[in-house]
This record gives sequence, structure tokens and C-alpha cells, in this order.
Amino acid sequence: MSKNKRDIAAYWRANLRLMAKLLAVWFVTSYGLGILFVESLNRFNLGGFPLGFWFAQQGSIYVFVVLILIYARRMDQLDKEHGVD
Amino acid sequence: MSVQTWTFIVIGGTFALYIGIALATRVNTTSGFYVAGRGVPPIANGMATAADWMSAASFISMAGLISFMGYTGTIYLMGWTGGYVLLALLLAPYLRKYGKFTTSEFVGDRYYSQTARVVAASCTLFISFTYIAGQMRGVGIVFSRFLEVDVSTGVIIGMALVFVYATLGGMRGITYTQVAQYCILIVAYLIPAIAVSYQMTGNPFPQLGFGARFVDGPNAGLFLLETIDVLHRELGFPEYTAAFVPGKKAMIDVFAITLALMAGTAGLPHVLIRFYTVPNARAARWSALWALVFISILYTTAPAVATFARVNMIETLNGVPYSEAPEWFNNWETTGLISFEDKNGDGAILYSGDAATNELTIDPDIMVLANPEIARLPAWVVALVAAGALAAALSTAAGLLLVIASTFSHDLGKSFLLPGLTEGRELLLARIAAGGSVIVAGYFGIYPPGFVAQVVAFAFGLAASSFFPILVLGVFSKRTTKEGAIAGMIAGILFTASYINYFRFIRPEAGADEWLFGISPEGIGAVGMLLNFALALIVSRFTAPPPEDVQRLVEEIRLPGEADNSM
Repeated sequence: MSKNKRDIAAYWRANLRLMAKLLAVWFVTSYGLGILFVESLNRFNLGGFPLGFWFAQQGSIYVFVVLILIYARRMDQLDKEHGVD
Repeated sequence: MSVQTWTFIVIGGTFALYIGIALATRVNTTSGFYVAGRGVPPIANGMATAADWMSAASFISMAGLISFMGYTGTIYLMGWTGGYVLLALLLAPYLRKYGKFTTSEFVGDRYYSQTARVVAASCTLFISFTYIAGQMRGVGIVFSRFLEVDVSTGVIIGMALVFVYATLGGMRGITYTQVAQYCILIVAYLIPAIAVSYQMTGNPFPQLGFGARFVDGPNAGLFLLETIDVLHRELGFPEYTAAFVPGKKAMIDVFAITLALMAGTAGLPHVLIRFYTVPNARAARWSALWALVFISILYTTAPAVATFARVNMIETLNGVPYSEAPEWFNNWETTGLISFEDKNGDGAILYSGDAATNELTIDPDIMVLANPEIARLPAWVVALVAAGALAAALSTAAGLLLVIASTFSHDLGKSFLLPGLTEGRELLLARIAAGGSVIVAGYFGIYPPGFVAQVVAFAFGLAASSFFPILVLGVFSKRTTKEGAIAGMIAGILFTASYINYFRFIRPEAGADEWLFGISPEGIGAVGMLLNFALALIVSRFTAPPPEDVQRLVEEIRLPGEADNSM
């Protein structure tokens, strides 16, 4: 390992911060909007969908895709910034 | 041309394609056999992972199950997609950086313990055999329904095919066949879904169509979902879109099952192994993204198919005199998947949520398989759906087979029982193991143990409660020790297995009020997982820290860099 320890530690911390944010969104959309608060959200409509039902059967899946997209892009940047690629 | 002629042509054509790919991608090294020489581009690996992951159950059964469960079907939709977020963020890049060939190998190295590796290898074999039996059965059923050959003949044809391309091409052959299989299965799934969406709502996107209004018919101008809810109320079913009403699963159970399926997905060996085939950690992240994109295309369509099928089924059958039932009804009646019993003797079909008066019994599998006929689509579409279902079953079977083969030859053979194995011998052993597993899987396909359906819950529960926690801790907690990992794994497995065993086989009649916290056997893997995490962390605090070189290994896999995989 030729990289200095400080750089590597900073890289790892940045990775953990990014992960924590993304996993928080992951939890809130799927378990929050799709399960825990689904009944309150169902009082609202999105076109012909009850809102909670839409999050459970459609919205959460789109959010999952976007989360991984953000992760892959941000990690590519982090790899470059910290010179670990 | 008849449906059957079309089916022969389409299935024959796809099989010829798979064999052609296998011949073009033959391998002669262990690296080629186990991990496709690590040269698979991220998009191709994404497609292969999608086909690997989406089994006969996803293709044939899922939409039908959702159409009976309504909101509760969310457990499959979120459970089987959300796991990819965990996989992408917590596991895929690190396992790829670690390199080598199998997941059990990582467990063995990270926890500096042959015992850990053997426990992991045994779990892998159990999970994979459970799963593969279901796939072979799926192959047999498609053959028997669409080509009118016997289930056993169907299984044997499927076995022969998988045998050829798995033993010849190993992971490389499997990868590129899976890419082709993904294309076939997704086209086969989308064409009828788009056609039905367009017919009913005028919107060609099924994802939007099931939230749209009927364009004509008796309900013209009304929203589809609203109409189903009304129909459900009239017939005595719980409302389709309602979440936790009586007659549906409770909130805690939906929560636990979703969690168990997500963690299970991220811990399934045949999914994890796919990420070993890409060139580096960066490619593993992108490949996880592509995998979920390709999976989402089917998974966001499935709830729409479920809704269309539900409306169609109720509208075309309920209250209709049996003598005037549509043609597809009679076609599928002969398979036993749908049946009518005239309880009140009025000659008309009565569909009701009340079991005492209900006269119509429907197997969920029919919803996808009969969809093209219900929507009066041309014969070639029916044939395509059959080919799609086969592609889904065969691709998953092949992926599982490779995991079984590499576990036997690499984890148990080379490292444990026969340490002196040369590469050529190991490769031969892998091919023999693949061949042997095809035969065992085929046997279970022809003579399915009565509990196949039940043990699928087992596979996910076990993956969630055994692999997932120790893999994650292996990367994110340097301090997790061998003792911690083994204690966690064993506790997780024992707890989950005994709970499932007790409520599935010993006291299947026990209801929700006897379940722990109201969690069904399907969801108990989530609790097993927490137990595993907790125990691994606690025991690690009280045992000697992992040796220097293991800590260095962890530091190293955390950095993406170009991995050195010269072995």
C-alpha cells in the first residue's frame, strides 16, 4: 500500500458518510413510506394511485435505482479525489 | 399456425441459441469456469445477474400472487429489489476487490477459519439445492402445459440443456447465455403487459396504465384501482389497495418479511458470485446498478400485470353462466389450474371472498401464463411467454448449478478434502460436480419433495440470518473475530431454522397470535439476522482481535484499486 494512511482514512470516512445518507433514504422510502406510513399516505392520490400504495409498488423501486446510481457516480468521484483508483 | 407449432419453433430456436453460445464460450481454466475470467463488462453482468436472479417464481408466479394479495404483494416487490441497494453499497465492490472464487472462501479467509468456511459452504449447498429444485420443476411444468409432453420429459430436456452449457462453458458460458435469456424473458414479459395496458387504458406503459382510467367497457372513465377496490368490497374480499386491514398480513409481518427478503437477496451465494466476474470493484458497483435497472423493468411491470389480471378475471368470469365462459377458461380448466364448482346450482360462476359460497378456484400461476389468451393476443405471443418462462427458470438453474459445482470442487474439494489438487483436476472435478448436481436437481424436479414451496422461505431466511450479517461485518468491522462470526452464524441459522421448522412442519396450524412478535416463518429471517449481528459483535468484544494479516486484508478490500488476482 503506497497511499498514505490519512488519505485512506479520509476516503473511508467519506464512503461511510455517503452510505449512511443513501441508506437513510432507502429506509425512509421503503419501510417508512411503503409500510409504516402507508395508510396515512393512502389518503392522498397520485392520479389513480393511492399515494402509499404507489410508493410501495412503484416509487420505492425507482428510488432504489436512483440510490445505486448516485452511489456509483459519487464513489467514482471519491476514488479519483483520494487517488485510490 | 397453431399455438403448439409456434411454441415448438420459438423454444427450439431459443435452445439452439443457448447451445450456440455455449459452444462459442467454452473454457479451459478454473478462473474461466468459476468467474468467467473476470472479463465481463458491467452491463452484460447486469443483464446476467438479472436473469440469474429472476427465477421461474418471478416470471410465472409473482404477478399472480400480487393479484391475489393486493397491497401485501409489496413484500415481494420491495423485498426482491431493495436488497440490491444493500448489495451495491455493502457487499459487491468489496467482495470483488477481495477476488478469489467463492463467497465461502471469503468467509474462510476473513475469519481465518476452516470451520467458518465449511459452515458457509454447507449453507450455500442447502440454499442452492432448495432453490434449484423449484427451477427444474418450473421447466417441467412449462413443457407439459405448452407442449403437452410429460413433466418428467420436460425436466429431462431442461437438464440435458443446462448440462451441456454449464459443464462446457462454466461461468463464461452461463454468463452469456444468461444475457440472451434476459432479453428473451423481458420481451416475453413486456409484450403482453403492454398490449393489455393499451387495450384497457389506452396507455402503452403498464407502470402508468394501472393507475389510469378504463377507456371503454362498463367502467369507462373510472380508475382501475378504484374499480378493483369496489369489486373487492362487493365480493367480500379485503380492498385491493388497503394495507393492514383484516384478512391481510399485519404491519409488523410485512415489515419483517420485506427485511428478510432484502437481506436474503443480498446474501444469496448465486447472486454474490456474479460480482466476481467483472474486472474490478468500480465495475462491480456499476454492474449492481445495471442489474437493478434490468430487474426493475420486470418488477415495476409485475404489479400492473397483477392489477390488469385481477380486473379482467373478475369482470370476464364473475356472474357469467358457465356455458358462456370464455375459451381460455376451458383451455386452462383441463390443467387443473382453474376450476369451477357450481355450489348453488344456478349454472353461473360465483366468485366470492366467502369460502363457503365461492365457486371459482384459481392458481396464481395462471395470471401470467394465460394472460395472452385472456387478452386474445396472437399465438406467437403465447409461444414467446412459454420461452420466456423457460429462460427465467433455466438461467437461474444454471447460476445455482455453478455455485454448487464451485462449492464442491473449490471450497470442499480443493481446500478441505483434497488439498493437492492441480488446476486441471480441479476443473474436471468442477465439471463432474456440475453434472452430478444437474442430475440431483432433475430428480427433485421430477419427484418434488412435498415441501418445495415451504423451503423457499427457508432459503431466504437462511441467507439473511447466516451470510448477510457476517459478510457485512467482515468488511465494515475489523474487530469482528472468528469466534464472533461462527457464534453469530450458528445462532442465526439455528434460531431461524428451528422457528421455520416449528411453525411450518410441527405446528402448521398455529396462528399469528402464537408467532413471536406476530412475525410469520417467512419473515423470521429478519430476527435471525439481528441475532447474528448482535452475537457476532458481542462475542468479538470478548475474544482476541483478528491477526494482523487479516486486519490488513480488510483494509485492502476497502480500497477499490486494481485488484491483483493472479492466482
